[in-house]
Amino acid sequence: MSAQYFALPRLSLRFFPIWRRHWLVWKKIAAPSILGHLADPVIYMLGLGYGLGSLLPEMGGMSYMAFLAAGTVCYSTMNSASFEALYSGFARMHEQRTWEAILNTPVSLDDVVLSEILWAATKSLMSGAAVLVVIWILGLSHSLMSLWMIPLALLIGLAFAAIGLIMTALAPAYDFFMYYFTLVVTPMMLLCGVFFPVSQLPQGLQIVASALPLTHAIELARPLMNGVIPPQALLHIGVLLGYALVAFYVALVLFRRRLSR
Amino acid sequence: MQPVIKATGLQKSYGGNRVVDGLDLSIHKGECFGLLGPNGAGKTTTLRILLGLIAPDAGTATLLDLPVPQAAREARIRVGVVPQMDNLDPDFTVAENLLVYGRYFGMQDSEIEARIPSLLEFASLTNKRDAKVPTLSGGMKRRLTLARALVNDPDVIFLDEPTTGLDPQARHLIWQRLRELTQQGKTLLLTTHFMDEAERLCHRLAVLDNGKLISQGSPRELIEQNIEPQVVEVFGETSAQWASEHAAKFSQRFEVSGESVFCYVQDAQPLVAHLQAQSELRYLHRPANLEDVFLKLTGREMRE
Repeated sequence: MSAQYFALPRLSLRFFPIWRRHWLVWKKIAAPSILGHLADPVIYMLGLGYGLGSLLPEMGGMSYMAFLAAGTVCYSTMNSASFEALYSGFARMHEQRTWEAILNTPVSLDDVVLSEILWAATKSLMSGAAVLVVIWILGLSHSLMSLWMIPLALLIGLAFAAIGLIMTALAPAYDFFMYYFTLVVTPMMLLCGVFFPVSQLPQGLQIVASALPLTHAIELARPLMNGVIPPQALLHIGVLLGYALVAFYVALVLFRRRLSR
Repeated sequence: MQPVIKATGLQKSYGGNRVVDGLDLSIHKGECFGLLGPNGAGKTTTLRILLGLIAPDAGTATLLDLPVPQAAREARIRVGVVPQMDNLDPDFTVAENLLVYGRYFGMQDSEIEARIPSLLEFASLTNKRDAKVPTLSGGMKRRLTLARALVNDPDVIFLDEPTTGLDPQARHLIWQRLRELTQQGKTLLLTTHFMDEAERLCHRLAVLDNGKLISQGSPRELIEQNIEPQVVEVFGETSAQWASEHAAKFSQRFEVSGESVFCYVQDAQPLVAHLQAQSELRYLHRPANLEDVFLKLTGREMRE
């Protein structure tokens, strides 16, 4: 691989017109999009919360529904960023050739990739905020500290958008994304503490879980929802930020290689 | 005068396959310059190098006096591009496509809005301003793509096969618009497979094959330099047999392609007189054109 692919990202404010383009597209489909952000996580949360919640007196020192609430915000945030970075990102890069059109203007690939990550994180922010509103309405969180979930949703979005774009950069076609969802996203949902505490897992799986970004997101989210300052907050923020930055760089290198043809 | 686009010794290989092989080009202000060549000749790769989208393995290029790819971003502020495949935004209306694209050049919304009516008029799309892109015909999409390439009022316009897939009416409208652009002093660099397009539009042409420039000049010069002035096409089931017996007597050069024989001649009279006596053969006598030159230079073999 040629050395120019490995240059550090050169970022500029030129990403902003691209972000505005995505926003204008989104505005046209806002209603079904918001419904999509809400329906799936809320149905899971209420179904499992009422169904299993009646069997479980408490989990992690709170009602099962309240336990699920924090996990639900995090995984719906992860899902929105992942879908946007994979399917919509691939459509813009490959199917619709939107990137090609943009790259013919004075905008660089670095700006395009940055705009994709920031846009996918914006979708996470919207999705996390929508679920949070439902949680407040249901009275599952009473603490003002749950407002910290909003910047946290953005951070989770950045990490999963960047990781997802690595897949997009490697994908020959849409089918490829099935591997990522079945081998990465779904296992994370089950290992990282969305439905039950990580401490319930065997030791080996706990070690795996501790390396996964969603675990760190939930370690931050659950205390915040209950009005507690998360223990080791800086570590968890650092891990999420690390995933975002490293994955952004890897994705950029891969896109530079892919689009140099 | 300094050329608007200059390339010296460009080379580019993909996986050991040399796609552009020592190319020199010099294109002047106000010129419509055509790159001709069969599929895979290196036309699109050449455009991408000159736009600074990919770096050549060797050689140098300048676009509007700026070195590319090093200063490609600055150069592209004054360049418009009509790509080979449509990449309009399908979610947007005609006017939104222009607005959103203008923003990529750092233009203010008010500045773009002020240009939209004249761009729509140029593209004959004024009454389609609020139509969504998927509802447009192929010709309208192409015209919108051309209008979009003009949103920043560029000095140079790159067009990669601008009329491929269009019906004759749509092609003629595009040609008329491209002529208007050269009359305004804009420099056009286009690739095409259509020899009539090249002959009508281009002041100068370069024929590429296997990444090399094999001939260059005005359409008339290319014909004069490369080929006999007259062509007689002979058709019929027995044409191949006729060719083996008689074609060499009457023509400087001839080619058999299926049931057609192409005879290239300085003086067609003796051949035409002879053919009038052959009742089983039909013929067409015409002046040599760019397509004859193209086929002579790049061969009749299919390129796939």
